[in-house]
Amino acid sequence: MSSTHAPAHRERTTTIPAIVVRVLFLGAVLAVAAFTVPLMIELKQWMWLTVMVLATVAIFVLYSTKRFVPGKYLFPGTFFLVVFLITPIILTIGYSFTNFGDGTRGTKEQAVDSIVANSVQQTEDSTWYNLAVATQGDPVEGPFTLFLVDPETGTVYRGDETAPVQEISADEVTVTSGFVTEAEGYTILDAREVNAAYDALQAFAVPISDTSAVRVQGANQAFEGTTMLSYDDATDTLTDSLTGDEFTVGKVGDTEYFVDADGKRAFSQSWLQSVGASNYERLFTDAGIAKQFGAAFVWTLVFALGSVLLTFVVGFALALVLNDERMRGRRLYRSVLLMPYAVPGFISLLVWSNFYNRDFGLINETLGLNLDWMGDPTLAKAAVLLTNLWMGFPYMFIVSTGALQAIPNDVTEAARMDGASRLQTTLKVVTPLLMVAVAPLLVASFAFNFNNFNAIQLLTEGGPFLPGEYTRGGTDILISMIYRIAFGGSGADFGFASAVSVALFALTGVLAAIQFRFTNVLEDVN
Amino acid sequence: MQIRRQSFLALSGVAAGTALLAACGGGDETGGGGASDAGGASDAGGAEEGAAPARADADLVIWTDEEKAVSLEEPAAAWGEANGLTVAVQIVADDLQGNFVTANQAGNGPDMILAAHDWIGNLVQNGSISPVQLPGNATEDIAPIGIEAVTYDGQTYGVPYAVETLVLFANKALTDAPEPKTVEEMVEAATAGGADNVLALPVGEQGDAYHMEAFYTSAGGYLFGKDSEGNLDPSDVGVGQEGSITAGEKLKELGESGVLSTSITGDNAISLFTDGKAAYLVSGPWALEDIRTAEIDYAMSAVPGFEGLDPAVPFAGVNAFYVAAGGKNPAFAQQFATAVASSPDIVEQMFPKNELPPVSLELQKKLAEDFPEIVKIAELAADGDPMPAIPEMAAIWQPLGQAQANIVGGADPESTMVSAGEEITGQISG
Repeated sequence: MSSTHAPAHRERTTTIPAIVVRVLFLGAVLAVAAFTVPLMIELKQWMWLTVMVLATVAIFVLYSTKRFVPGKYLFPGTFFLVVFLITPIILTIGYSFTNFGDGTRGTKEQAVDSIVANSVQQTEDSTWYNLAVATQGDPVEGPFTLFLVDPETGTVYRGDETAPVQEISADEVTVTSGFVTEAEGYTILDAREVNAAYDALQAFAVPISDTSAVRVQGANQAFEGTTMLSYDDATDTLTDSLTGDEFTVGKVGDTEYFVDADGKRAFSQSWLQSVGASNYERLFTDAGIAKQFGAAFVWTLVFALGSVLLTFVVGFALALVLNDERMRGRRLYRSVLLMPYAVPGFISLLVWSNFYNRDFGLINETLGLNLDWMGDPTLAKAAVLLTNLWMGFPYMFIVSTGALQAIPNDVTEAARMDGASRLQTTLKVVTPLLMVAVAPLLVASFAFNFNNFNAIQLLTEGGPFLPGEYTRGGTDILISMIYRIAFGGSGADFGFASAVSVALFALTGVLAAIQFRFTNVLEDVN
Repeated sequence: MQIRRQSFLALSGVAAGTALLAACGGGDETGGGGASDAGGASDAGGAEEGAAPARADADLVIWTDEEKAVSLEEPAAAWGEANGLTVAVQIVADDLQGNFVTANQAGNGPDMILAAHDWIGNLVQNGSISPVQLPGNATEDIAPIGIEAVTYDGQTYGVPYAVETLVLFANKALTDAPEPKTVEEMVEAATAGGADNVLALPVGEQGDAYHMEAFYTSAGGYLFGKDSEGNLDPSDVGVGQEGSITAGEKLKELGESGVLSTSITGDNAISLFTDGKAAYLVSGPWALEDIRTAEIDYAMSAVPGFEGLDPAVPFAGVNAFYVAAGGKNPAFAQQFATAVASSPDIVEQMFPKNELPPVSLELQKKLAEDFPEIVKIAELAADGDPMPAIPEMAAIWQPLGQAQANIVGGADPESTMVSAGEEITGQISG
């Protein structure tokens, strides 16, 4: 009886510190939510707002009572999985169906605003005025009046959007060091107020003649200029006021732009649009890409497998040697062997890439060779593997040393007693036992090298490229080739890059599945 | 037991809250990446993501790279004080352009940036910068190359303040021709002088179209043609045309005679010259410090062209101030831009901490006595051609550089240049 009571009793116990911690925690969550929700509404981040609200509700439901114990443990992991893994994947897939990239980041309104604002031209021989912005109404809303002083002559002008610029007598205003500082019946805005009203003031033009107007630049300067382009919402056209040319929306490639009468792109500004599957079409129909994909895939496999095998063989061999108790100074050797691991990877890669220089590189100079390491595709492949061996063997050495030390001595002793030679003991007893611990790490190492962008990019940049070949270099693995396709040429094309990432994601998914099977097989054997 | 479990939950909750906050901050990232840190055979260190700083709390926020930021900080602060404004200059060490475009789009970017002029095309197509009108007196003081560089599609988008170009440095100990007029004269003099290498001009395995531009243009190569209004026309690509093939033939000759070599890269070109192993060096003002430190007796002149062909026209790069289109305080940014344009004072104050050749003619005169080399580079830049700012330029660099490197390495000039031209045209229309 008492044995069944005891746990039940303990579960009901609620200590005071526990309550305090719970209240503090939930309070903190609420505070974070209260702080971020208005912020996200302001920034129009609806997706993150939903995530935030759902997460807050979930935290309160799960942690405010004693129920849902499994949920309490599952929640943090699930939350991070969703926020950091699943959301980016969904976003990437979403972007892969758009034209998101340079020139197409914003909305159509932003593009139109930018085109129109950029068309303001200073008139030739424009006078530059010292400007004071004044108002008879509200300093934020206006209506605004401009007081201008021509710094050369000292003449004072006044004008607003309805009344054109006209000279006024200097008695009506107070002018201090070239600027109007007081005017009867007006409030003069200070620099901060001008800045606050600047959006309105940039569109503000005080007519001088039919074609030109005084425009504001900065808080205290004005010039004469014209806006060449105007946008008509109803017909969705831009009109050039000087030439009368009209620009309408038309498609160039898979993206809409403002185009001229011949259908030629007139402005580089465009906006975020859905382009359907055209990014995928481009990926799978581009002759250069399709042709090079297979070759890059094969070399990627060779590179990843080769790196794993080479580093493991070398690391394991060294671990075996340094695990022998007859060896003196093992600690010293071990620490020296870890050196490559201690140098930051990107530094060693850059240093190594200089070692391979044909005329001035360390390798050719010390060995008296004249090998074109970085210019010959085969040699470059060897150089990449060699460097990756140097970078990676310490890791395998550490892992193998650890695993070796975990193998009990009596197993090897027993093998020796049964008449096995040292070599047989190592190969048939130690190695299989070691593989139990190390095999999953080899698989992980393969997966890492499969996408080892840094090793390729920093060492060879994918090169050497044969004459006439621009898509794939001799040492390009998939990821470095795809990086060049997505970002190398025409600036940032995130839509296309996303499509490429999705394709790569699918490919690595298949490979990961194969790897898992492989790992399972190993575990079954042992 | 109870407390421990609760505190664990509390901790994870706090972490979750923080994570959420962080997630909101970067709401518009594309994701992708997600590098596995499985620590495999070659854990090549974490690639450092150069994140943009959070916008500083000041009336005028300026983003730029470290060297420019250091030089701008004090003059900008002094200007702010005089105008009753606070100014913050923030360093964006990595990918200033990308970070600026993204931050500007999200509405939390700076009011102003300092950057090279060849970004203008991309910044305009992204709607990231506003035009800046230059006052009349400014256009008189600024060298024409500066104005030309910041003019894009007939509009001025920045206030230029510094210009740089590639020049030819000669090691007087290794050559009798410190200012050769032609490539042929240069090769002959260096060969007679007995230097290990005639010329240190970075080529590398991937090529370097920027450093090669002078030779390329001398042989008649061009990048983009111009339309009737004088704007660059991306549908007329010069790579693969006749002039580029002539350039290719010249490069092949130079490659065969060892004057150009793919083993000379951006990493070793300057040191070859400062170590006294190369008689000549093609580089920019950034090499001056190393050359002075090495105490080389050097001369500086324009990069020569080929005998009997066109003069060499290297790229000129102009640094300028731009007003962000989405900044919080555009009025202050425009005000500062106008102030920089109206008088060379601010740029003069920036000079001691970052010695860039100025575009202001007045400032060039002032500095001529104490900094003759810097002013000479500014003058040589006047004969250069501003690097094309149109976004299509991004499609040029890799294929053209690659083709040049392959030709230096011995590939056939005609077919290689033609294939590069096809690749570029394909990328532009794709």
